[in-house]
Amino acid sequence: MEDMLFYDRMQFAFTITFHYLFPQLTMGLSLMIVFFKWKFLRTKLEKHNDAAKFWMKIFALNFAMGVVTGIPMEFQFGTNWAKFSELTGGIIGQTLAMEGMFSFFLESSFLGLFLFGEKKLGHKLHFLTGFLVFLGSWASGFLIIATHSWMQNPVGYEILANGKFVLNNFSALFSNPWLWPSYLHNQAASLVTSSFVVAGIGALYLLNKKHLEFGKLFLKTGVIFGVVASILVAFPTGDLAAKNVVKYQPITFAAMEGIFETEKGGSEIILIGQPNMLEKKLDNKIAVPNILSFLTYQEWNAEIKGLNEFDEKNYPTNIPGLYYAYHIMVGLGTIFIALMLASIVQLFRKKLYDTKWILWALLFMIPFPYIANTTGWYTAELGRQPWLVYNLLRTSAGASPTVSSGNTLFTLLGFIGLYLLLGMLFLILVGKIINKGPQTTR
Amino acid sequence: MELFWYVVLVTMLAIYVILDGYDFGAGIIHLFFAKKEEDKKKVVKAIGPFWDANEVWLIAAGGVLFFAFPTLYASSFSGFYLPLMMVLWLLIFRAIGLELRGQIHNKIWESIWDKAFGIASLLLALFFGVALGNVVRGVNLGNVVDGVSTHEAHYFFLPLWNSEFSPHSETLGVIDWFTLLLGIIAVVSLTIHGANWVIFKTNASINNQLKKVVFTLSFVLLGLVIISLFAWHIIEPKPFHNFIEHPFLWIFPLLTFIGLFGLFNVKKYTKHITGFLYSSLFLLGGLATTVASIFPKVLPSTNNINPDLTIYNVAADEYGLSVGINWFFIATILVIVYFVIQYKVFKGKMDDVDYGEH
Repeated sequence: MEDMLFYDRMQFAFTITFHYLFPQLTMGLSLMIVFFKWKFLRTKLEKHNDAAKFWMKIFALNFAMGVVTGIPMEFQFGTNWAKFSELTGGIIGQTLAMEGMFSFFLESSFLGLFLFGEKKLGHKLHFLTGFLVFLGSWASGFLIIATHSWMQNPVGYEILANGKFVLNNFSALFSNPWLWPSYLHNQAASLVTSSFVVAGIGALYLLNKKHLEFGKLFLKTGVIFGVVASILVAFPTGDLAAKNVVKYQPITFAAMEGIFETEKGGSEIILIGQPNMLEKKLDNKIAVPNILSFLTYQEWNAEIKGLNEFDEKNYPTNIPGLYYAYHIMVGLGTIFIALMLASIVQLFRKKLYDTKWILWALLFMIPFPYIANTTGWYTAELGRQPWLVYNLLRTSAGASPTVSSGNTLFTLLGFIGLYLLLGMLFLILVGKIINKGPQTTR
Repeated sequence: MELFWYVVLVTMLAIYVILDGYDFGAGIIHLFFAKKEEDKKKVVKAIGPFWDANEVWLIAAGGVLFFAFPTLYASSFSGFYLPLMMVLWLLIFRAIGLELRGQIHNKIWESIWDKAFGIASLLLALFFGVALGNVVRGVNLGNVVDGVSTHEAHYFFLPLWNSEFSPHSETLGVIDWFTLLLGIIAVVSLTIHGANWVIFKTNASINNQLKKVVFTLSFVLLGLVIISLFAWHIIEPKPFHNFIEHPFLWIFPLLTFIGLFGLFNVKKYTKHITGFLYSSLFLLGGLATTVASIFPKVLPSTNNINPDLTIYNVAADEYGLSVGINWFFIATILVIVYFVIQYKVFKGKMDDVDYGEH
């Protein structure tokens, strides 16, 4: 029984982690492509249209990867989490079905037009199709996070005698206090990824002394979007999302911050340290006193509950994993803000294109927003454990009763193999597009 | 309310079969009949801008299934675990075959992805037919062994096949001679359907050859359909029960045969869309006939202990279903608008649309 659950969880974790590498870029990048196209309509400078076309190629490849790795996500609710689907389908089915009806049709219909219709449509309509693709992808994110928010903080439901969750208030799904901070936090983080990718490729071209005009354009656009997005991720969206955790999941908050004991007179903020689950304490910690209390409640001496105050059977199942995921996310987020601020200062001083260390730093930074986004999601998901529906339905009660571990491991191995292949092909093709560079219209 | 959502679900699945059906069919044509590079490219162009949007119907239908009939979704998706996962893998292979083929100009690269696209299309057509066969035949709900349920009444698990290969065996498999027969019917009818689409959307040099293929295969299809009618009686003693009670349902088998006989004249049609319309009619009629025959069952039980799954015992609660109608209505209007725009922009022959070489 235990290993059944383990493989079900591993398969979902693996497939969703891989899947989300793609939508996080496409959501942010769609906005930036729309921006390039809009600049072109305003300035009539061909380079903006060429830039839009270049990023469209990368967008299209990412989008296709997102679609093909996304279908298994929808299937797995039924295949591996049948009990969960049966009990909560009347509620989360709403938002998931809406995603299909509202955003997938929108995205897929207009992506075809956006990719192949520039000549047939003219620039203004082409811009409009791009905007609709952007709208579709952001709507998709919204409905997924609405689903996610219901699992984190269930609202508008009642539970029948047979254990089924039924909806009794549709609009509550969208006024869930968990939803908006999480959604905006996630979208800002998605923009961080796309900004770093665009800026990083710009830096690559400048360092390489190739496609200089585009290198500068990408770099400038990337850091302007990047500085705004990096700050928005932390404040106000990240701040609000964390306050939700304090309010609705205090035990999760204690675990992710690494607070084993309640501290009288205010909690310190942990910068570094390793959770020692045997002795229930943090090893080798470096911390700053009272900061966490201030950040959480704007009072230096506010008390924050430690893990010692909660029932151990409700502890998040993987406290060290949760703690590290959260700290990696926060640490990287801080570095992003610092680097983007330095870049924007250099941009204003008109020295950005010649500041070698920033160019190198931006180039090497490309993978890190992906890591930050992923660990951010791990924080949310590991933080919700041991529950599927917070405080109401345990993860162990949600798996498919008839699918044996042998079958799940079989498909998990299949997914690993297939996705490794996909990942390699993707990198080869993106590398090819980047190496070829933007094509100028004559 | 259940009935409304059932009609919605079946309609969406039917649209999916018509639309992605021609993609699968085009894949099969690509595999067996398009030999020249030029023809291969034309086949791909005929479906290039559409396949992705067509596949959305599957995802959206899956979403509606999840939302309106969560118990059926949970039961069937976990019970048909392995075949569904294989369908996923095939869908992935097919998609990357289509999208990656044009990215690198190299003979080996292109032929690998041609084969991936073609073979995955063929197997998907087969699997979807087999799936329909499983729904008609039913499953051992509750995994009853020696008269005792080993799971809750609406759960089950099927291996891919059993040693007897028989739909009457105690321990059923996904593939037996009956479901395989429906799988073959699906392959043949989708090949016809895909050929009709290629004829409709391109000026490929193989179009005349494809008309002959459609002509020959439609006789094969007629034979298979007749065999399946007999086979059906072996599975279900009273397949026409619903038709006798509600005679208007005979319209569906009638449409199926109109579609099928329309295909015999494929060589004479002057409008390129005519063949495609007939094969669509055949597919729609065939699906509707099947659905009408088993209604209100959605997954029959093959044992006497646990009841069939019907639309009434797998549906979500009343409030959720009725509130869903509001957003579904808005979404449907939008989808129709998108569809019209998309087909207007890409109307007519697709030969000069650049596809896959972004």
